[in-house]
Amino acid sequence: MNAPSPLTGHHGAPLRPLVEARGVTMRFGGVTAVADVDFTLGEVELRCLIGPNGAGKSTFFKILTGQLKPTEGRIRLRDTDITGAEPHAIARLGVGIKTQVPNVFNGLSVHENVFVAAGRRKSIARTRRIVDETLTRLNLTGIAGRTVGQLAHGQRQWVEIATVLAQEPELILLDEPAAGMTHEEVHRTAELIREINRTHALIVVEHDMPFIRMIAKTVTVFNQGRILMEDTVDAVLADARVRDVYLGKQAA
Amino acid sequence: MTSAAPARRLSAAGFLATLALGLAILFGAPHALDTFGLVQCTGFAALAMFGLSQGFVWGFAGVMCFGQAAFLGLGGYAYAVAVLNMGDSSVPVLLSILVPMLFAGLLGYFMFYGRISDAYIGVITLTVSVILFQLVNATSGSQYRIGVAELGGFNGIPAIPALNAPGHPDEPLDIEGIWYAAMGALILVYALLRGILASRLGRVVVAIRENETRAQLIGYDPRLYKLIAFMIAAGVAGLAGCLYANWGGFISPTVFALPMSAQVIIYVLVGGLGTLIGPMLGAVLIQALIIAAGSQSAVDSNLGLGLVLVGFVLLVPQGLVPVARSLGLRLLERRPRRVAGTAQDGLATGSAR
Amino acid sequence: MDLAGLLAFNVITGIATLVLITLGLGVIYGMMRIINLAHGEFMMLGAYTAVMASGAGVNIWIAMLVLPPLVVGAIGLILERTVIRFLYGRMMDTMLATWGISLGLIGLITTLYGNVVRGVSTPVGSFDIGRYGASLYSLVIVATALAALGAMFLVLRFTKFGLILRATMQNPRMAAALGVQPNRIYMATFALGAALAGLAGGVLAPISGVSPAMGAAYIARAFITVLGGGPAIVTGTGLASSLFGVINELVSFKTTPVIGDVALLVAAILLIRVLPQGITGRYLRRSL
Repeated sequence: MNAPSPLTGHHGAPLRPLVEARGVTMRFGGVTAVADVDFTLGEVELRCLIGPNGAGKSTFFKILTGQLKPTEGRIRLRDTDITGAEPHAIARLGVGIKTQVPNVFNGLSVHENVFVAAGRRKSIARTRRIVDETLTRLNLTGIAGRTVGQLAHGQRQWVEIATVLAQEPELILLDEPAAGMTHEEVHRTAELIREINRTHALIVVEHDMPFIRMIAKTVTVFNQGRILMEDTVDAVLADARVRDVYLGKQAA
Repeated sequence: MTSAAPARRLSAAGFLATLALGLAILFGAPHALDTFGLVQCTGFAALAMFGLSQGFVWGFAGVMCFGQAAFLGLGGYAYAVAVLNMGDSSVPVLLSILVPMLFAGLLGYFMFYGRISDAYIGVITLTVSVILFQLVNATSGSQYRIGVAELGGFNGIPAIPALNAPGHPDEPLDIEGIWYAAMGALILVYALLRGILASRLGRVVVAIRENETRAQLIGYDPRLYKLIAFMIAAGVAGLAGCLYANWGGFISPTVFALPMSAQVIIYVLVGGLGTLIGPMLGAVLIQALIIAAGSQSAVDSNLGLGLVLVGFVLLVPQGLVPVARSLGLRLLERRPRRVAGTAQDGLATGSAR
Repeated sequence: MDLAGLLAFNVITGIATLVLITLGLGVIYGMMRIINLAHGEFMMLGAYTAVMASGAGVNIWIAMLVLPPLVVGAIGLILERTVIRFLYGRMMDTMLATWGISLGLIGLITTLYGNVVRGVSTPVGSFDIGRYGASLYSLVIVATALAALGAMFLVLRFTKFGLILRATMQNPRMAAALGVQPNRIYMATFALGAALAGLAGGVLAPISGVSPAMGAAYIARAFITVLGGGPAIVTGTGLASSLFGVINELVSFKTTPVIGDVALLVAAILLIRVLPQGITGRYLRRSL
């Protein structure tokens, strides 16, 4: 495999990775959703995860954020072993996630959603600054007073992304960020992701191939709970096995 | 203008109107009412505070506590036992808040850190209050005493000394003094809870009620915040118990009993879940109805309470104050031009009703 | 030795009592995931049925064992049709409605029959365990509990109704897709749970004071046992009753029945800290 090594930084010197998962396995009863996955992500890296439904991507995200405790394997975030840690503890270490189904505070206003996310252990002044910046950045100022539960699906997605950014994480996980968005919104999302990636590491789960071409450098392909391949976006999208997997045939 | 702005103004106006109304009642009642009426209102104030505690923990923290009477009773008994032993009432008042809070801390630790379901939380809190009732009920006889205070079993503790000016146990408050203490404390607790809800702690507590997963994913530990909210509510209920004991100068195990927990649930349900004014109004309304029903003997008051509970769950699950509030908001939005002139009046009546 | 025999006898009676007072609650919890807060009042109605029927000259065994489940089951059916069915999917509201029903029933019975304690005389005598006398009626309780638990097992395991019940319990949507109407099943479950509560009330009527508020004396133990047992109806009720019955009887024997209940509560709270979904929520998940 000739993927660019995530263990090498810009100057070619070996760097400690941001995320390192070794042998991660998740079994539900008799079903193995994630099987023996090794995964490494460097600092300020952008990685796309693709794979058919049920390939284990969202389960892997839930393990990374502590919503599920892996049956086997270890996960490190820099120097910290986060295997089986509580979700709030992992979030405090700087991991933010936009989940597949929007997870927002429906009964609160857009402003309050972002405020609660921004305000953990920060001064009021700093919290307000982050809230204003985030709302402006995501074009939400106009609807800041609206109750989130009454917004359209696409707008709720943006609110959720805003809460994730306001939390000032170092690693951002986005589970299908473009789902249900208009063409124009998809472009804005891609732009935003590239902008975030200047300073932050991201892992993005997506099915939308044109979208992946817009943002991706390295792509990891999941199939049946395992990593099928990991390579540059062009190599992955040209690979026959990947096409087979998406068309429903099983990889040899 | 976004649609949330009137709601926020309404909320601020409601707060000020409630404070003003509270102060007017505080100073007006002793002039307007005879002694009997004032005593009755003191009881209402104590139960309104009990309603506040349930309204906070259920309506804002989303914790289904079905046994809030446990904390009312612990507060009342803590005050009674301590004041009988100490004479001066200052420390006993503090104990009436702290004892239920500590008990809630212990119970809440097992419930919230065990991550049990909402249905289980309801049933365990209810069971705890039932068993406290049985336990205190079984303390008849002089061997059950704490210091000089006999617990008295189902007869309860009679002749509990009333509150006194700090350091002057020989000068207990008279009926009017106890009214000022009870109603003043109610206003203070209301303002305190409003302050907590406006603070970061309160916002996180409400956010957790809205979406526990999201709160966790941005770094808050829901278990801890629920525990804190549970303990605050227990402290408020405890203080209500202290006032309740002062109101009659007497306390018996019935404060722990199921009907007490049911009543406070009804206060909140009738007044409105997710408001603070609602549970207070619900308490006064329901207590007034119970008193009115008590004067006839044909029908047991539990029958009425049960019908009210079932009726509200089926027909008005959001409660009276939110219904009134959304009516007020709708009127406001229909007449946008006249908002500036009529807003204050409309809002004040809308949420203070 | 006689004392040990008596204690063992009491422990078995205690376990059987827990099974009886819990089974109806467990059926409704296992199927519908709600705690029926009117459970104690359903028992009270069962006890009143027994008192009224035996007072009217009905054979005591029929008054205790046959009429209460029929009458209370019918009342449960009516309440499900008029109140509960409108609240499915709203778990908290359903529980609150059952609480309202509980208060309403206490009020209704108080209005009709007054707040007085009635009783039925025990239809059987006593026997001796060595130097100690023990009530033969305890054997009736043990037999009824065993019969009720056994009947539940047989129904769930071997009848078509039981199969549909189990299917709905596992996956209501799938059962609905296969043509089962979950609402019908919930209706039957609620009536069955009420009937079992009525049976418990009828059987326990001779050894408890029958009054409008008598339910409160039993519900704490019943709730604790359901929480400890978890969702599996027969296994959960059986295991939790055995565990808590032993704790309750031993502590009660050493101290007082009230302290015995406190010990039960403490044991249950410790248990759910370790097993938040009860014994069968964690283990034996596929049991009945």
